[in-house]
Amino acid sequence: MTGRIALALAAALIAAAAAAAWFVTAPRGVSAEVAAAASEPGDPEAGKNVFYVAGCESCHMSPGQNDPLRLGGGLELKTPFGSFYPPNISPDPADGIGAWSAADFANALFAGVSPRGGHLYPAFPYPSYRRMSIKDVRDLFAFLHTTPPISGRAPSNALKFPFSIRRAVGFWKLLYMPKVDHPLPVDPTDEEALGRYLVNGPGHCAECHSPRDAFGGIITSRRLTGGPLPDGKGKAPNITAEGLKEWSEDDVETALSTGFTPSGDVLGSAMTAVVRSLKQAPEPDLAAIARYLKSFRPDGAP
Amino acid sequence: MRKLSVFVAMFVLGASAALAMSGAEAIKARRDLMKADGAATKPVVAMLQGKAPFDLATVQKALKTYQNAASKEPALFPPDSKTGDTNALPVIWDDNNVADLDARFKKMGEDATAALTTIKDEASFKATMPDVLKSCDGCHEKYHAKRQ
Repeated sequence: MTGRIALALAAALIAAAAAAAWFVTAPRGVSAEVAAAASEPGDPEAGKNVFYVAGCESCHMSPGQNDPLRLGGGLELKTPFGSFYPPNISPDPADGIGAWSAADFANALFAGVSPRGGHLYPAFPYPSYRRMSIKDVRDLFAFLHTTPPISGRAPSNALKFPFSIRRAVGFWKLLYMPKVDHPLPVDPTDEEALGRYLVNGPGHCAECHSPRDAFGGIITSRRLTGGPLPDGKGKAPNITAEGLKEWSEDDVETALSTGFTPSGDVLGSAMTAVVRSLKQAPEPDLAAIARYLKSFRPDGAP
Repeated sequence: MRKLSVFVAMFVLGASAALAMSGAEAIKARRDLMKADGAATKPVVAMLQGKAPFDLATVQKALKTYQNAASKEPALFPPDSKTGDTNALPVIWDDNNVADLDARFKKMGEDATAALTTIKDEASFKATMPDVLKSCDGCHEKYHAKRQ
């Protein structure tokens, strides 16, 4: 009798744990207020600047051609977790984001949630994009609608087990999603604040330039102190005040806008595409990024 | 005749020295050439940005530096220079990209040679130089990364 009760109790416990796990890993989109604010009309001209600061095309442009605005997706990103294929973000209604609502777009960027309500993998750097302003998100959405629609879908991701379990991204989010309250305070006269915003939000610099732990979460105390490139073929350098101590602010800005470092070396590997994009970003944005990086000291730094 | 034999002897010596160049020596030689490229490029970038006045002699010096490097670099990526004090990526050798690398150096040299005649003043400099410099990031995007 007691054995049966114990068994029933154990089964109930397991069921409760499974239900709890299912509950805590549920994808959660943005609030109704944020969705409403994101749905106001955006400014595509301003969105173009957001696009090039964020470097959307570095991952999403159709491979094998040079037009940054053909955003058909499908470039293979090889990582230790498997291969990711960034999707089509052109305004094609069938294969791209043409049929998405502005709220769908805000859910993807702020919460890593797809229009169908599933988790997106953080290879799409939404932990950074969560720090973007609502205005930048709706302007970007408006700009993407000005690019040519491209038909065709990217291949499905080819991930290793257990990373292939999409629902488990919910646990990852519990551990690593930054807490951000929208709307963000904005002071356009504060250059360092603008730089902090651009670096940590749309620019998503920390995604490559930070070390990560075993589950792929950024080690926040060593943010921007350098990390392995996602393809494992080298290192993204330390870009904090310490790492850039031999560079002036002007050197940093020159490197971002031309690709050339103070020694006349040229930024290579994944940074080449980043610079190709930043060349088209507004000069004051690059100056603000340089100012912020030159002053940034992570929590763990002496 | 004597001159010719000295010449031949020098050639043989030179060729065998090149053959005998170890991986570490090749790495050092190509790094030195790249450093010279960088040093020559620095003032050119400042001119492109409008932070330094246009100076034709400096531009021509840079172009000649590229010509020199482009002619020597292809010999400096032997298989045993894959590892060592280098930021050249193994993908050069692993994925059979040495021919592509050589073709890129060839283009770099040809572009520099052409630019020596095309660039006459600031306007032609600003029109031509960015394309010449594309060889730098084109190659570094594919074949160069900080390895440690």
